[in-house]
Amino acid sequence: MEMTEATLTMQSAKRGRVDPHRSMRAYDADADLMLLHFGPQHPSTHGVFRMDLHLDGEIIVKATPYVGYLHRAVEKLCERLTYVQQTPVVDKNDYVSPMTNEQALTMAFEKLLGVEVPRRARWMRTLFAELQRVASHLLWLGTFALDLGGALGGGSTLFLHCFRERELILDLFEEVTGARFHYNTHLIGGNRHDLPAGFAAKVHSALAIVESRIAEYEVLSLNNGIFQMRSRGVGVLDGELALELGVTGPNLRASGVDHDLRRDAPYGAYDELAVNVVTAQGGDCYARTQVRFGELRESIRLARAAIDGMPEGPICGHKPIRQPGQAKATSGQVYVGIETPRGELGTFVIGGGDTPTCPYRLKIRPPSLHALSALPYILPGATVSDAVAILGSLDPIMGEADR
Amino acid sequence: MQSAWLSALAFLVVSTLLGLGVLGAAKALRVRARKDSRIKHLTYECGEQPDGLAWMQFHARYYVVALFFVLFDVEAVFLFPWAVVLRELGAQAFIAAVSFVVVLMLGWFYVLRKEALQWQ
Amino acid sequence: MSALGHGALYGAVLIAVMLSTVAVGIWFERKFAGRMQSRLGPTIVGPMGLLQPLADVVKLLQKEDIIPAGADRALFNLAPVLATIFSLGVAAVLPLSPHMIAADLDIGVVYMLAVGGLMVVPTFMAGWASNNKFALLGGMRAVAQSISYGVPLVLAVLVPVILSGSLSLAGIVRWQSEHHWFALWPVIPGLPAFALYFMAMLAEANRIPFDIPEAESELVAGVTTEYTGAKFTLFYLAEYVHTLVGSAIGAALFFGGWDGPFAPGLHWMVAKTLALFVVVYWVRWTLLRLRSDQLMELCWKWLTPIGVALVLIAAAWVQFAPQGAL
Repeated sequence: MEMTEATLTMQSAKRGRVDPHRSMRAYDADADLMLLHFGPQHPSTHGVFRMDLHLDGEIIVKATPYVGYLHRAVEKLCERLTYVQQTPVVDKNDYVSPMTNEQALTMAFEKLLGVEVPRRARWMRTLFAELQRVASHLLWLGTFALDLGGALGGGSTLFLHCFRERELILDLFEEVTGARFHYNTHLIGGNRHDLPAGFAAKVHSALAIVESRIAEYEVLSLNNGIFQMRSRGVGVLDGELALELGVTGPNLRASGVDHDLRRDAPYGAYDELAVNVVTAQGGDCYARTQVRFGELRESIRLARAAIDGMPEGPICGHKPIRQPGQAKATSGQVYVGIETPRGELGTFVIGGGDTPTCPYRLKIRPPSLHALSALPYILPGATVSDAVAILGSLDPIMGEADR
Repeated sequence: MQSAWLSALAFLVVSTLLGLGVLGAAKALRVRARKDSRIKHLTYECGEQPDGLAWMQFHARYYVVALFFVLFDVEAVFLFPWAVVLRELGAQAFIAAVSFVVVLMLGWFYVLRKEALQWQ
Repeated sequence: MSALGHGALYGAVLIAVMLSTVAVGIWFERKFAGRMQSRLGPTIVGPMGLLQPLADVVKLLQKEDIIPAGADRALFNLAPVLATIFSLGVAAVLPLSPHMIAADLDIGVVYMLAVGGLMVVPTFMAGWASNNKFALLGGMRAVAQSISYGVPLVLAVLVPVILSGSLSLAGIVRWQSEHHWFALWPVIPGLPAFALYFMAMLAEANRIPFDIPEAESELVAGVTTEYTGAKFTLFYLAEYVHTLVGSAIGAALFFGGWDGPFAPGLHWMVAKTLALFVVVYWVRWTLLRLRSDQLMELCWKWLTPIGVALVLIAAAWVQFAPQGAL
């Protein structure tokens, strides 16, 4: 093939750095491009996400992501609700990891209102967050396999097996909170539900099962020839670009950037539990898988440490904050970021306004949205099949990205 | 052997009847929609209005492969009769076919080195 | 009996048998996949969910028939019928037992390759006629895949032809029952040729890991995206029959077809076919899918030269092997 501007653009696109609009102009001149709406009603767009793909044959020349199909005005809703009413609302944001949504929001409110959290509650939240990370990464592995292997084939086999292990974690949460998914267990100033008797043993036995199965899945995916062919060198996101775009979490660490809020800005029990940050080089789908497998192990270790070292004491402040009148802020603004399974989930709250019992403004910074913003840069040069793999490997949750 | 071909023909006719029969049965069983709508007959494109027709020039990227396929298929056509009589014709036929295939594979090797078998 | 009557009778019986095999096969696959995935599979319709395929067929036939407004109606309607004809038509040369062959063609192998190779026509026809971009992508992929994997398929089939010196499927099976199964002896090229045949057959029948033309996680449903009801049923059926017939031909070419002790030939043929059929499912519910360019590279860079080498080894075996070792 001639080295036209178009091919050069495509090659630079393959290296991960390309101006998405320039590549389009380079192509307009001589190619008959197909504009394919990929989503919102598509089996592999992880909910209702839409990409407009300009295709030259099967090669993507330009990709334009569209978000907002799942917009529910959560932030506005939160501004209308009192501080104590909001955890059930944000449970539904990142619907694969509800526990960390609650944690992020509650921590922001606690900081705004100046409420102290007892040590035991902080440790419990850490335990829940790590268990939730295990569940979330397992679900990611399953859906990634679905993207690579199809719902009617090997992919769904791994998917359902991952679901089986995730059930064990959800069972644990059900023990504590009575709910399998929308827990509503975080209160401002502590936790609503204490750990039931004999919970530590149940955590240990569940984690032992999950850990042994993870080893199997690692062999089944990372060591599998087809998996490697489909993920190595696909969707390369370099660390510099990832930082520029605000990509966080496993996606950033897979690009070789050593950044993890649990270690760099400790919260909960992480000041007492040392976190080994897992990174990988390469920034491709394979590296993202490696990082998540490493984090599964690390989270299992942390969850064990958290349940073993669980301190005694109250799970809530002296007087639990349950009534709207107990939580009032007349001024102040805070930002709290925590490391969810998908990256930095930030919550920015301004207190005050007409009603001191409600936040004046609440803004959520979803890690999924920032991960999706990398798509126009890493998709050009890939094929339609790769697009599905790349999108899946970024682990976007549209409930969170669109809010 | 002519009769075997007639049998094969009859077999194909029965297959055709099955295909048409299924369509006919469906026509009889089909539940009809009470109301028709334009949107229902819209081409599926993930719920969006399709931009332009799908009948367009398509960069297939494997026209070299198509040529290559013709090459190897012709090779196969030559090899089939050879395969049947190899036993009777003996060494001469063997050497002839080997040299034929070796020349072909030299071409294959050339194409491989030229990276024409790369998809892009 | 006249030749036409013979063919028609066999056609009717064989097609009925194949359809019921496919129906039970679908049930079996769903149960099998269910067990592989630590779930139960169908349980509600009939005992152990056995009537599930029947319910599916009735449901599919009742569905409203939607032809998209932009489609080429004639081609759109023709494609599923052609797919049925070509996939079923291959079965005409299947040797079920020494005296049970619908059409004992002396060039049955060539007929099988030719009619089987035609399957790409309805697939692409469906992809093009739908006027749907996903279908078009699927159709284009199907063309590339089918013509590419046609080559290793032909080369793999050449091996038993050379070893037995016959182009008739029945002749090849007869030779194997008099001497030995090609998958067992000569081990090279017999066994690798079977592996090559099996892979090419998976690709021709669009089975995972080579199911890129329908790749439901990428192309929604590929060429069948716009098809509903009966026409979709025909495509679905054609795909299953293609796999079933492919398994049967693999059993005949490499595993001695009807040859086996104790039981009548027909039983052996059916048992071997079903065993291969199950392996197809097993592969399907285990592996992930390749990308289209990787698929093509695998074919042209590896399978094709391996196939040529196997053909030459087979020829050399026929030439140089001592008489007793044949």
